[in-house]
Amino acid sequence: MESILRTENLCKYFGGLKAVQDVSINVSKGIIQGIIGPNGAGKTTLFNVLTGTYNSTKGKVYFKDRNITNFKPEKVTKLGISRTFQNIKLFKNMSVLDNVKIGFHTQTKTKMLDAIFHTKTYKNDDRICEERGQELIERVGLSDLKEEFASNLAYGNQRKLEIARALAVNPDILLVDEPTAGMNHIETRNVVELLEKLNSEGLTVIIIEHDMSVIMNLCHSILVLNHGQKISEGSPEQVRRDENVIEAYLGREE
Amino acid sequence: MMDQVFSLIQKLRAKSVYFLVLIGIFVLIFPQLTDNQYILHISIRILIYMLLASSLNMIVGYTGQYNIGQAGFYAIGAYTAAIIATRAGYSFLLILPLCGIMAASMSAFLGFPTLRLRGIFFAFTTLGFSEVVRLTILNWRTLTRGTFGIPGIPLPEIVNFQISTNNHFYYLGLFLLVVMLFISHRLINSRIGRAWVAIREDENAAKAMGVETFKYKMINLMYGTFWAGIAGGFFAYFAGYISADSFILDESFAILAMVLVGGKGTLVGPIVGAIILTILPELVREIARYRLVIFGIAILVMVHYRPQGIAGAKAEGRRIDVEKEYEAGISENAVETTAPGN
Repeated sequence: MESILRTENLCKYFGGLKAVQDVSINVSKGIIQGIIGPNGAGKTTLFNVLTGTYNSTKGKVYFKDRNITNFKPEKVTKLGISRTFQNIKLFKNMSVLDNVKIGFHTQTKTKMLDAIFHTKTYKNDDRICEERGQELIERVGLSDLKEEFASNLAYGNQRKLEIARALAVNPDILLVDEPTAGMNHIETRNVVELLEKLNSEGLTVIIIEHDMSVIMNLCHSILVLNHGQKISEGSPEQVRRDENVIEAYLGREE
Repeated sequence: MMDQVFSLIQKLRAKSVYFLVLIGIFVLIFPQLTDNQYILHISIRILIYMLLASSLNMIVGYTGQYNIGQAGFYAIGAYTAAIIATRAGYSFLLILPLCGIMAASMSAFLGFPTLRLRGIFFAFTTLGFSEVVRLTILNWRTLTRGTFGIPGIPLPEIVNFQISTNNHFYYLGLFLLVVMLFISHRLINSRIGRAWVAIREDENAAKAMGVETFKYKMINLMYGTFWAGIAGGFFAYFAGYISADSFILDESFAILAMVLVGGKGTLVGPIVGAIILTILPELVREIARYRLVIFGIAILVMVHYRPQGIAGAKAEGRRIDVEKEYEAGISENAVETTAPGN
C-alpha cells in the first residue's frame, strides 16, 4: 500500500530523557493506525514531533514522500496533517461554531481590506465557514450547542468539538490523542463510529488510545511504544500475542 | 451596591438597541447642549482616551499581548504631526494618516524581535520602548526641541474648512472613534479577528489550526498602534502644543487601566473605562494627583470582583481556567519527566 506518513529513526530527547528513541513507522494511506503503550511511553511526544510542535533531536519525518522534519506546526497543518490534543486545547471563550471556523483559516484568504469593505472574497469565505462549519458541528452532534462557549461544554462534547475543529482543516491525516478519554460507553461508540466513517471516506487516522477494545476493533495496524522505543508493530492479532507487549503492560513472570 | 450597578448594566444590555440609539443621539447633540468650554474640553479628552484605550484593547484584549507602553506610540503619532505640521506645513488630511503609519512602523521594528516573547517579557519590552521614545524626544533637540516641546501647531484644515472651536474638535474626534470602532468591528468578525482571538485563547492550538501566529500578532500590534498614532496626531492638533511630559509612563498605565476596568476583549469596554477613569479624577480635583492610586485600586477591585471588566460579558471567572491549566501543565510535565524511571 502507498505510504502517506513515514518516519526514519525519529528521536526526541529532553536533556538526558529519551522520550522518543529511534522510532521508524510507515503509515499506509487510508488505514487507521493505532499507537499504544504504558503511561509515559512517548506517544504524545511522538505526535508533537510529527506535527512540528517539538523539533526532533534526530531522524526524519516524511509526509507523502516530502521531508517535513521540523516544519513549523502551522505549515504541517497546511500540508494536510491535523490533530487533537490529549489535554483539550479548545478556544475556551469562543463559541462552538467559531472554534470550528478557525479550522478554515488555511482554506480562506480574507485580507484586511476584504474584511473592512466586505468584498466578494470576504463574503465567499464567510459563507464557506458558516456552511461547512455547521456541517461539521452536525457531524459530531453538537448542533444544539453551536452558540455555547466551548468552556461550557461537557467533557465528552469538548473532545467531539476538538475532532470537528481538526476536521475543518480538511486534512489527509487526522492524529487523535485519546479521543475517548473520560467518555461514557455511548459517547465512545459515537466517536468510534465517526472515526470509522471518516476512514471509509478516505481519511487516514492515527489514534493514541488506552481503551483496548477501541484500539483492537478500530485499528488496521498498531504500533506499541515503551520508554520511547518501538517494541512491537503489526495487526491487532499480532500485537495482542507479542510477548514484549504483554511484558510491557503486565511485567515479566519471575 | 456593586451588584445593583452590574445588574442594571445587564438590564440595559438586554435592551441594547434602544440603549444604543439613545446614546448615539445624545453623543451627537451633546455639544449643542452646553456652552461650557471646560466640559467640552473634557469631552474631547475623553474621546482621545477612548481612541487610545480602544487601540490598546485590540492588542491586549483580542490577542492577549500585554503591551503596556501604548503611550510611546501615542507620542510617536503626536510628534509626527507636530514636526511635520510646523516645519513642512502639509495638509492635515495627509499628516493624520502619516501619524498612524509612523506609529505602526515603529511597532513593527519593536515587534519583529520581541513578539516571540510571551506574557510578562513582552510587557517589559513595550514598557522599555515607551521610555526609550520619551527619552529620545527629550534628547533629540534638533528634531523635537527637547524639554521645550513644540508650540504653535497650526489648526487643522479639511478642504478649506478650518477646525477651530472645541465643537469642531469634538465632532472630528467622534468621527475618528466611530471609524475606528467600525473597522475594528469588521476585522474582529472576520478570519483575521478569529485568528487574533484564537491566539489569545491558546497559541499552540491556533498554530495547530494553521494560523501563522507570528504574522497575525504582528498585524495585530501594527493595527493597534496605528490607532494610537492617530490619537496622538489628533491630540497634537487639538492641544496646539506638545511636550514629552504628556507621554510619561503614567499615561500608558492610565490607558491600560481604562481597558482593564472597562472590560478587555469587548468593543464597549474601553469606551466605558475611558469615561469613568477620565471623569473620576476630574470630579474630585483634590485627589487628582493621586490619579494613579485610584487607577491601581480600580484595577484591583475589578480583578477581584469582576475580572471581565464592567462591560465584559463573560459570566465565568478566569481563575478556574488558570487552575485547570496549571494542573494540566503539571500532569503533562509529570508524564514527561517520569518516563525513564518506571
